[in-house]
Amino acid sequence: MKRVVAREEFCIGCRLCEIHCLVQHSKSKKIIKAFREERDSIVPGIHVEEKGYVSFALQCRHCTDARCIEACMTGAMHRDPETGAVLCDADKCVGCWMCIMVCFVGAIQIGADKHVASKCDLCMGAETPACVANCPNEAIVYEDSDE
Amino acid sequence: MRNNDVRKWLIQPDFVVERDPDKCIQCQVCVRQCANDVHVYDPETGLVSSDGTQCVGCHRCATLCPTNAISIRPAQLEFRPNANWTSSAIKNLYKQAETGGVLLAGMGNDQGFPVYWDRMVLNASQVTNPSIDPLREPMELVTYLGRKPDRIEFSREAGGLALTTRLETQLELQVPVMFSAMSYGSISYNASQALARAAKEAGTFANSGEGGLHEDFRQYGSNMIVQVASGRFGVDMEYLNVAGALEIKIGQGAKPGIGGHLPGEKVDAAISATRMIPEGTDALSPSPHHDIYSIEDLRQLIYALKEATRYAKPVSVKIAAVHNVAAIASGCVRAGADIVAVDGFRGGTGAAPTMIRNNVGIPIEFALAAVDSRLREEGIRNQASIVVAGGIRCSADVVKAIALGADAVYIGTAALVAMGCHLCQKCYTGKCNWGIATQDPYLTKRLNPNVARRRLVNLLRAWSLEIKEMMGGMGLNAVESLRGNREHLRGVGLTDRELRVLDIKAAGE
Amino acid sequence: MLAGSKTYLAGIIYGLSGFAFSAPAGAGVWQRRSARVIGPNQGESMSKVPDYKDISGCAISGVMSESGRLFSGEAIIRSIAAMHERSNGLGGGFAAYGIYPEHKDHYALHVMCENEEAKRVASGFIARRLDVHHEETIPTRPIDAIRARPILHRYFVSVKPGELERNYDLSEDDIVVEVVMEINSSIDDAFVFSGGKNMGVFKGVGFPEDIAAFFRLEEYEGYIWTAHGRFPTNTTGWWGGAHPFGLLDWSVVHNGEISSYGINRRYLANFGYHCTLQTDTEVIAYLFDLLLRKHRLPMEYACMAMAPPFWSQIERMPEDRRKIAREIRIVYGGALLNGPFSVLVGHSGGMIGLNDRIKLRPMTAARKDDMLFVASEEAAVRELCPSPDLIWHAEGGVPIIGKLGKEVSAGSAVSADSAPAGRAD
Repeated sequence: MKRVVAREEFCIGCRLCEIHCLVQHSKSKKIIKAFREERDSIVPGIHVEEKGYVSFALQCRHCTDARCIEACMTGAMHRDPETGAVLCDADKCVGCWMCIMVCFVGAIQIGADKHVASKCDLCMGAETPACVANCPNEAIVYEDSDE
Repeated sequence: MRNNDVRKWLIQPDFVVERDPDKCIQCQVCVRQCANDVHVYDPETGLVSSDGTQCVGCHRCATLCPTNAISIRPAQLEFRPNANWTSSAIKNLYKQAETGGVLLAGMGNDQGFPVYWDRMVLNASQVTNPSIDPLREPMELVTYLGRKPDRIEFSREAGGLALTTRLETQLELQVPVMFSAMSYGSISYNASQALARAAKEAGTFANSGEGGLHEDFRQYGSNMIVQVASGRFGVDMEYLNVAGALEIKIGQGAKPGIGGHLPGEKVDAAISATRMIPEGTDALSPSPHHDIYSIEDLRQLIYALKEATRYAKPVSVKIAAVHNVAAIASGCVRAGADIVAVDGFRGGTGAAPTMIRNNVGIPIEFALAAVDSRLREEGIRNQASIVVAGGIRCSADVVKAIALGADAVYIGTAALVAMGCHLCQKCYTGKCNWGIATQDPYLTKRLNPNVARRRLVNLLRAWSLEIKEMMGGMGLNAVESLRGNREHLRGVGLTDRELRVLDIKAAGE
Repeated sequence: MLAGSKTYLAGIIYGLSGFAFSAPAGAGVWQRRSARVIGPNQGESMSKVPDYKDISGCAISGVMSESGRLFSGEAIIRSIAAMHERSNGLGGGFAAYGIYPEHKDHYALHVMCENEEAKRVASGFIARRLDVHHEETIPTRPIDAIRARPILHRYFVSVKPGELERNYDLSEDDIVVEVVMEINSSIDDAFVFSGGKNMGVFKGVGFPEDIAAFFRLEEYEGYIWTAHGRFPTNTTGWWGGAHPFGLLDWSVVHNGEISSYGINRRYLANFGYHCTLQTDTEVIAYLFDLLLRKHRLPMEYACMAMAPPFWSQIERMPEDRRKIAREIRIVYGGALLNGPFSVLVGHSGGMIGLNDRIKLRPMTAARKDDMLFVASEEAAVRELCPSPDLIWHAEGGVPIIGKLGKEVSAGSAVSADSAPAGRAD
C-alpha cells in the first residue's frame, strides 16, 4: 500500500507540509483565505518533529495492524476499503482520546474543536497527497511501504 | 583591538525585503529558512517582519514563500549619478574604512567587461548545403580528451593489416561539457555527491577540485578528474588510482596568481579526513606549487604522476587565462600535459579578494583563440586537448567555444545555478541558504543530492539537444567538424584587432 | 589565411585569333591586346582570389581503364556534356593520366600566367630547384566561348640532384610540392595548376565541353580521364578556381560543400599544407596527399578517416575492426569531411570515388570489361556504356576504387542492376 514516507536526511524543517495539509483540508482550498479564516479550526494531519538540525515530518502510518481502530470504542476509527487509509468518522467520534493514547507514533492530535480526533487521511485518495506535492526538498515521498 | 559590537555606521544594507501584507499568512517559512536572520516572528503580535540589513539577496525566502509575498529589491539609497564613482565603488570604500580588511567575494567577475560570446554569431546552411535534422539523423557529440598521435601506422600481417600505433588513454565524453573543479570544503558533501553522480549518469566527468575525494565518492572515480593542487590535499595513491584522469592545478581564472584559503571553522571531521589535515586548521593552498618554479619543474611533476599511475591516465594541467597564456599553454603541452584546461577571468570561486576577482586575468574567448592558434602554429595541437572554463552560460556558448577550438568545456557556475544557486556571491560566509557552499549541517540538508543530480543531468541533456540542433543547422553531424572550425563564426560589434586575435571574420564577410 | 593579392588571370586578354596553334606571345604572331574584361559585377576588379569561400554545385565524371589501355579524351567529353545542365559555364576542367608517354619520368607542370612578366618570374622559380627538360605552350584552339585566357605553358621537369642532397629529409615529391606552393603563394599572377608525372590537368572558365575543345583534348590519349563542370554560387571567373584541383599526380573533382572546411584547413596547416584557394577541393586533395602519400594509410582507412562510420555503427563492428575504426576517428578527427560531397580523385595508380557519410550527393558507377565509369548521373555513365556488366549507386562513406593493373573478371555473376560497392583491394 502506498504510504507517505519521510526521509529525515532531506527534511529542512520548513513546515510547508503542515501549511499545505491545512490548505488541502480547508473549505476554500485557497491558501490566503484558508489561513485568514480557518487557521484556528484545522489541525494539520502532518507535523514536523525537530531537534537541532535533525527534523522530519511525522504523520499517521495507516498501520496494517492499527491499534487506534482496536482501541476506538465507538468505531469512529475505521479503515477506508479503497485507499487502505485509517480514517476518523467525525460523526461517531466522542473525544475519548483512547486513540491518541495507544498510537505509538504520536500521529493523532486533538482536533481544533476539542471534540474530534484529527489525523492524516492521505488526502482522501488523491493521486499525490498535498504534503508530498509541496515539499521543496523531496523529503517526503509517496511510495509503497509495509507498515 | 577593535570592539566588534560597535556599529559600522558607514556600511548600509544592499537589499530591501518587502513583504506584501495582503499575501503574507505568517506561516514563518521565511523565518526558518533564512540563515541571516532577516525575518523574525514576534509571538506577541503574531506577525512576521523583515529587516533587510543582513539580506544577501539569495532569494531563499521568496522562493519558498507559499504565497509569493516577498520581494527582494536593491536598497533604495540612491547616490547622485556618477559614472566614475559607482555605488559599488563607494560601498567598497565604506567597507574597507570600517574594517581595514581585504574585500572578499564569491563566484565570478561581475564587472561590466564585454561578454565576447555575445559578440559572435553562428552559421546555418542553406541551399548549397542541406542542414541536418538531429531528430532523424545521427548527430555525434562524443568527444575524446587526451594525447593523440599525428598518424596511425599499420603493418602487414598474416591475417591482414594490424595496428601498430599505441593510442594513449583517452577520456570518453558523451557530451563535451564537464563539471568544473569545486572542492569538497568549498561546497557541501551533498553538492559534491550530486556532481559526481550526475557526471557518471550523463557519461561525462566531474572535477574533484583541490579538496581531495571523499571516500564515499571513490565509487564514482572513473568519472572523476582529481586535482593535485598546490596544497596537495587528499593526494594519496588510492586517490590517484581511482580517478579517470589527474589534473595539476596551477591556477584558477577567478584568482590568478594567488592561492586558496578554507577557514578552520569549515574544516570538520569529514573534511579533515578527506584533505588529510588536522580538524579546525585553516586549509591553505599556497600560490605557486612550491615544487614548481619553472616549466621543467612542471614536467617533473607531470611525469611523477604518470609514473605513479603507470601511464594509464591522462594528466591535465589547469592554468588561468593571463596575458601570455598561449606561450604557457604551449609550454605545458611540451612538458607532457595531455589536456590543458584554461580558466578565464569569469571563472567562479568560493572566496577570492574582490579586486583580484574583478581585475586579474583575461576573457576566455581570447585565451582560447590564442591557445588554439598557437598550438596549431607550432604543430602540436593534437598532443593535448583544450578544455575551457570561465563563465560558460548556455549551449550557444559551448558551440562557440568548440568552434573557436576547444575540445570541451567545464561549467562551474552554471552547474551550481542548476542546483539552486542564486549568485548572491556570499559563498565565503559559509551560510549558503541553498545548501551548496556551506558545511553547516542545518543548511546542507537543503540540497537533496537526488534532486540536484536530476537537475544537473537535465541541464546536460537540454544542452546536448540544443547543441545538436545548432550543429545540424550548420550542416555538421560530428563534433570533430565543428571543433576549431572558425568559418562558422562571425563577429558582430568587434574591433578589427579583436577579430584578428579571435581569427574570425566579421558578419557580412 | 585569406589569400591576399592573387590576381585574376582572366583580367587581361591576349587575343590570338584565327590560328590553329597558339604560340608564345611576341614570337612573330599577330596579337591583339583587348581592354580588361569587366566581369558580371560591373566595375569590380576580377583580379583577386575571392576571400569568400567558394561553393561548388556541379557535375563530375570519370572513366578509367584498369588494364592501362589508352583511349582518347573524346569519351569523357561526351560524358560531361551529357550533364550540361548541372553547370553554369563558369568553370570546367579535366584531368588525364598517361598522356605524356615521352616525358613519363618527368613532372609535367602546367602553369597559367596573367602576363609575360609573371611567366618569367615563375620560370625563374622553377629553374632554381628543378631541371627543365622541355617546355612549350600548351596547345589550344580558338573557341569563341572561352574568353579572358591566361598564358598557358607547360614544363617537364625533375629535381636537381643537388637539391635532393641538400634536403635529405625530403623526397622528390616533397620538393616539387614546395616549389609549386611557393609559386602559388608568392607570385601574384602565376599559378601552377598541374604537377604530376605523365598526367595533366586542363581547366578554365567555360562549359567543360568548350574547355575540352579549347585544349584539344580529343587529341590526347590516357588511361584515366576525369571531368568537372562547375556551378559556382560566387561569380568567380578565375581560371585557377575551376576543378580539377591538382597536387603532384592527385587530381580532385568535387561536387559539394564541405561544412568542416574551416577545421580541415587548419588541420592541414599543421602538416605544412597551406590552403590559399578558398575552395573545398583544395583541402580534399591535400588530405588525400597527407593520408595516402605522407602517412601511408591503406586506401580503405584513409577514406574511413574522411567519411567515417557513425559511432553507433562502430560499436557493432567486430573487435579488430572496431579498434581500428575508433582509433582512426580519434586521431583523424580533423580530416573528417562533413557536409555533402561527391568526389572523384585521380592518381597514377587509379581512381577513387567517394560520397559523404550520409549520402547527400549523387554518384553512379558502372563496370564493363576493364573499364570503370563513375559520374554524378546515371545518364552520363550510360552515355559511354549503355549496357554495363555492373551498375550501382555509391554508398555513403564507402569508396569506389579503380586500381591500375587489377585482375579484371569480365561478366561476373552479379547482374547489372545489383548494388555491391567497390571495395578496397
